[in-house]
Amino acid sequence: MSAPDAGLREHVARARARLTALAARTPRRFGFMEVCGTHTHAIARAGLRRLLPPNVKLISGPGCPVCVTPIEYLDRAVALARRPDVIVCTFGDLVRVPSSVSSLERESAAGHDVRIVYSARDAVRIARETPERKVVFLGVGFETTLPTVAAALDEAERDGVDNFLVLVGAKTIEPPLRALVESGDVALDGFLLPGHVSVILGADFYRFLEVELALPGAIVGFEALDILLGIEFLLERSLAGEPRVANLYPGVVRRAGNPTALALLERWFERVDSRWRGLGTIPASGLAFRREFAHRDAARLAVELDPPREPKGCRCGDVLKGAIEPPECPLFDRTCTPTHPVGACMVSSEGTCAAWHRHERVALDERRAGHERHAHTGGRA
Amino acid sequence: MSAHDRILLGHGAGGRLTHELVARRFLPAFENPALATLSDSALLDELPPGRPALTTDGFVVDPPVFAGGDLGYLSVCGTVNDLAVSGARPLALTWALILEEGLDGALLDTFVAGAARAAREAGVALVAGDTKVVPRGKGDRAYAVSSGLGVVPRGRELGDRTIRPGDRVLVTGPIGDHGATVLAARHGLDAPALVSDVAPLTSLVESLFAANVAVRALHDPTRGGVATTCYETAERSKLRIVLDEHDVPVRPQVRAVCELLGLEPLYLACEGRALVWVAEADAERALEALREHPLGRHAAAIGRVVARGDGHAPLVLATAIGGERPLDMLAGLDLPRIC
Amino acid sequence: MCLAIPMQLVERRELAGVAELDGVRRDVGLALCPEARLGDFVLVHAGYAIAVIDAEEARKTLELLASIETEDPR
Repeated sequence: MSAPDAGLREHVARARARLTALAARTPRRFGFMEVCGTHTHAIARAGLRRLLPPNVKLISGPGCPVCVTPIEYLDRAVALARRPDVIVCTFGDLVRVPSSVSSLERESAAGHDVRIVYSARDAVRIARETPERKVVFLGVGFETTLPTVAAALDEAERDGVDNFLVLVGAKTIEPPLRALVESGDVALDGFLLPGHVSVILGADFYRFLEVELALPGAIVGFEALDILLGIEFLLERSLAGEPRVANLYPGVVRRAGNPTALALLERWFERVDSRWRGLGTIPASGLAFRREFAHRDAARLAVELDPPREPKGCRCGDVLKGAIEPPECPLFDRTCTPTHPVGACMVSSEGTCAAWHRHERVALDERRAGHERHAHTGGRA
Repeated sequence: MSAHDRILLGHGAGGRLTHELVARRFLPAFENPALATLSDSALLDELPPGRPALTTDGFVVDPPVFAGGDLGYLSVCGTVNDLAVSGARPLALTWALILEEGLDGALLDTFVAGAARAAREAGVALVAGDTKVVPRGKGDRAYAVSSGLGVVPRGRELGDRTIRPGDRVLVTGPIGDHGATVLAARHGLDAPALVSDVAPLTSLVESLFAANVAVRALHDPTRGGVATTCYETAERSKLRIVLDEHDVPVRPQVRAVCELLGLEPLYLACEGRALVWVAEADAERALEALREHPLGRHAAAIGRVVARGDGHAPLVLATAIGGERPLDMLAGLDLPRIC
Repeated sequence: MCLAIPMQLVERRELAGVAELDGVRRDVGLALCPEARLGDFVLVHAGYAIAVIDAEEARKTLELLASIETEDPR
């Protein structure tokens, strides 16, 4: 009834053996960044970190949309939820993220209308059914999710569902990758590239890694084996000094991506400078409504905002940059836990801190207990 | 049912309407001498030898009727199962309903029939009950509260403190069927093959004891699922439980619901499964006994108990690819996610 | 960054349809994948199909990569 492929363990064992052999060729340390939060989650779920050679380290990147969404966005979402004429529709991911003084979960408990949806389509349906109120969809995410928001907007525009609005908090993935490499804050030897963003952007999109940043990249899927194969590719290219980008998610990711989705993004949104939690403002790293669609922009609704207040001591920013690991944050596992999250990285299920809390504590426990056998080495490449 | 067959506030007021409700809807379904007297308390026979066990539980479920059960059936099974996993044979149950004004009378009949069916299957009498009605909008259709009295026969010593390193962890069937069924219904997924596992476990548990195996502890993995229940058990026993992902039975349709909603089967509620901690030497015999019972046909050994060092995670999952990860309790509400 | 699940398209209307995974069905929007045909496997994210999957190609490439032995001179 639970039948993971019988050959899977064997494939994984082989991939591990090849990785170990490759890594043993040099005393050098390697740091590869998994950009995507779903990868962080998958890596943690499979217990992959413990299967890697000691000189190969995975660094979690900025690809968790919930985590990089700045607190002002959540403050605005909370303020919108407090308007009696507004229904806020959101993916479940955002509901528990703390704003400066509240969260959507708390606003809902206080009697405001916050609804969890799976799809921007559901929010359009709610808007159709509730013409007397404004339905605000929280449009956070990267290039995978934003086309779905654009498609819902298209539907609302076509059918005259005028009360469907979006609070756009969209991010694009290229600018922070460049910013991370160029800042030199973290020594990186390559990227595990986000499989589902790549479905939209296409494999050719990442040529800038090879050409401009001279780093290898591997577009990979979300099974443990896919990720191991990606790491193997990155290690090989690093050893050979050949920065190449490989598409290891074939049949799903195509060279040109999804042109329909890209055209929809282009139709609705334009690039703007955008604030990232922890990374600051990055030029042209966000998407906002084009001027002709301002009537769909929920940011234009008047609200009273709470004064923005970042949680004291929270080092989400450094975690997001990959500059520290979660246990290095003074709040981690002490005042900040998944039950009572302080920072976004703990509340989002794909947040780095949540992933560490949930899944990496075997290693932590053993490290704390002085058993160094399985512990990762702390150094960087 | 007629269009005006709806529950009114008066049905909970204690007057004629209440009497009518009890006489027409409840008494015929639960026919038993203790209930029929309608006195303030049900007077029971003297207890058989052993330690009395008493449990109580409140039930809310959305939707109130789902594939495989309903609020009534669920609430009686839940109470019976709390007794069963304590090693107790159930003797008597109480059942109280809090109804929202305007509730469809047919829905109430469904709950009553469900509760009666569960009591019959568990071989226990429902001896006392109560009904209250709250104004429309002040409740969500119906809530149930049930208490159960049972007796643990002499000689049965169950408890997490009796668990030893080396013991095996068994589950009596595929996990998460109930949780997946109600979640799918709640979230508009169309899943005809999904059926809740809700069932009274009394006879299954008795068949285990009859097989004369060294059962250390039993638990029913309801809210929070198998992971949360194992975590709590590991905490109480001060040992570590290692679950083997490969061996945990999960139906494909349950796995599919989890993938679609971004959830994990190990955290989904079961309402008709038990986790069994048993001495290693008896594990095979225990499995055989379970598998002979209709509710235990797909029983499986899913983990083992080991010693736990200071500060080590109480619960660990050996992943299908040979990795290892600690499992925590369910943090809050496990919300469906897209990321 | 984004969960997406491979599902089979079992009903198709204009820009919407129904997709199935192991007997579990849900509505999907097809606005981002107008080329999807009945019976196709599609990748579903946030209620929309975002790609038609070429399962054969996916399987072939990964099996090839995964099956390489350590001893293989590389």
